[in-house]
Amino acid sequence: MSEPLLEVRDLSRMFGGIRAVEGLSFDAERGRVTGLIGPNGAGKTTVFNLITAVYKPTSGSIRLGGTDLAGRRPDEVVRSGVSRTFQNIRLFNRMTCLENVMTPILARASCGPIASLFGTPSARREQSEARERAYAIMRDIGIEESAHRAASTLPYGLQRKLEIARAIACSPSLLLLDEPAAGMNDSETRELGETIVRIRHDFDVTILLIEHHIQLIMNICAHIVVMERGALLASGSPDEIREDPRVVDAYLGRHRDRRSAR
Amino acid sequence: MDYYLNIVLLAFINMIAVLGVAVFTGFTGLFSLGHAAFVGIGAYTAGALTYHWDVPFIIAILAGMAMAGLSSLIIGIPTLRAKLRSDYFAIAILGFGEALRVCLENLSITNGARGLSLDELSGPVWVTAVLAVSLLLTRNLLKSRFGAMFMSIREDPVAAEMAGINLFRTRLLSLVASAMLCGVSGALLAHRLAFIQPVMFTLTQSTQLLASVIAGGMGSVSGPIIISFVFTVLPEALRWLDMWRLPAYGLLLVVIMIYRPQGLMGYREISGLFRGRSR
Repeated sequence: MSEPLLEVRDLSRMFGGIRAVEGLSFDAERGRVTGLIGPNGAGKTTVFNLITAVYKPTSGSIRLGGTDLAGRRPDEVVRSGVSRTFQNIRLFNRMTCLENVMTPILARASCGPIASLFGTPSARREQSEARERAYAIMRDIGIEESAHRAASTLPYGLQRKLEIARAIACSPSLLLLDEPAAGMNDSETRELGETIVRIRHDFDVTILLIEHHIQLIMNICAHIVVMERGALLASGSPDEIREDPRVVDAYLGRHRDRRSAR
Repeated sequence: MDYYLNIVLLAFINMIAVLGVAVFTGFTGLFSLGHAAFVGIGAYTAGALTYHWDVPFIIAILAGMAMAGLSSLIIGIPTLRAKLRSDYFAIAILGFGEALRVCLENLSITNGARGLSLDELSGPVWVTAVLAVSLLLTRNLLKSRFGAMFMSIREDPVAAEMAGINLFRTRLLSLVASAMLCGVSGALLAHRLAFIQPVMFTLTQSTQLLASVIAGGMGSVSGPIIISFVFTVLPEALRWLDMWRLPAYGLLLVVIMIYRPQGLMGYREISGLFRGRSR
């Protein structure tokens, strides 16, 4: 296997006296879907916030494609090729879906304020290129019919997809998905799984996925990282994780009961 | 006739400043209780240039605009870099506005609290032409990629940053653009009223600008423009109410906020004039 795209080494983050993440190391292999699971409060979202520089690590390093991300602002991390969705959906609510998806593309465009003031040909070309690219992404993810609706008016499932579309519009090499299946029923979750696998292929992204829906994780992840209380509990292939007694004890056991109860 | 013309011209001049606050508050989502300071800087820069050195009016207007833009950097760089939340920024800029008033009252070039008497250079042609250019350029800016970035920050700063937007630089750009519009408005105002003094650019005026934007609709250009016209004309139209004029004005604001909490136009535009929102 080639070198990993994301290398997390000895990552720790303290909040006051609480160790949210402690000595965590793991990799995300290029071109694969890596699952990040663990009980509530294990520190999974904190890991996302550390990777995207929302929080600064107390210690440890995060490397993307061999480059250390330390000291970058969140928007710089995004430009280095990381984008994400949020556990509680964060859309540009009063903007249309098209505008939501165009925004990251336009944020990267190069024309300056003066050219924009006078609407120069290059400014207009950037706008139309951004619009075409946004449509292409929305078509791939299956939300192009909603292009001109305000984001807040979409049903929940489509809002999740729109958020993924906006993250894809950042042209990431690494896409972080934070509980994309939360609040979805089984058939919606299955469809979401197909969407994730498709975008991994179509947009050539490496995906790191936080999810509580174990079926989804087992179906689409090539590699799974299990966290408990901020630390690494286990990592391996879905089969290895399923068999790991520590994981079953800490996490899967309870969820297996819940699943059979459904 | 002159009386009515004068009121309309003052309304036009006020619209330019409201346009500036609409860019910053309505589209970028940051509240400001100090934009009258930028009007004042524009007024005093242009006024001092024509008063002391007989500079051509167009140069005075551009200088007023430039000074307002530059001075916005003084307050914008430290406060916006610190990612102060919107309400903290409003307070910080309030302090800036009051500090400026004290400066204006104590400088000799501004003639202190006695004010500057100026020539009445802002005729109908100047005012209308400058308003038209301001509207056109503002519309272009808001339709451009910067408009999209401003609005995304208003909607959700965290998500905007995760869309690759540099919050500091984008907010600062919005502030400078809005301050420049206010500066232009001030330069015209000074040479319309032919007299300026520091007390004309205080919190009361900042609040009026902000009220126009909120009552007109955040994220709209036409709404605040219409409201600012109404707010300028109304006190004149209601002169017969005498001392009840100001309560009537307040009542209007309260009524708008109760029946249209999203403002007159909400997040939309009067179609035809500005189709900015429907790309």
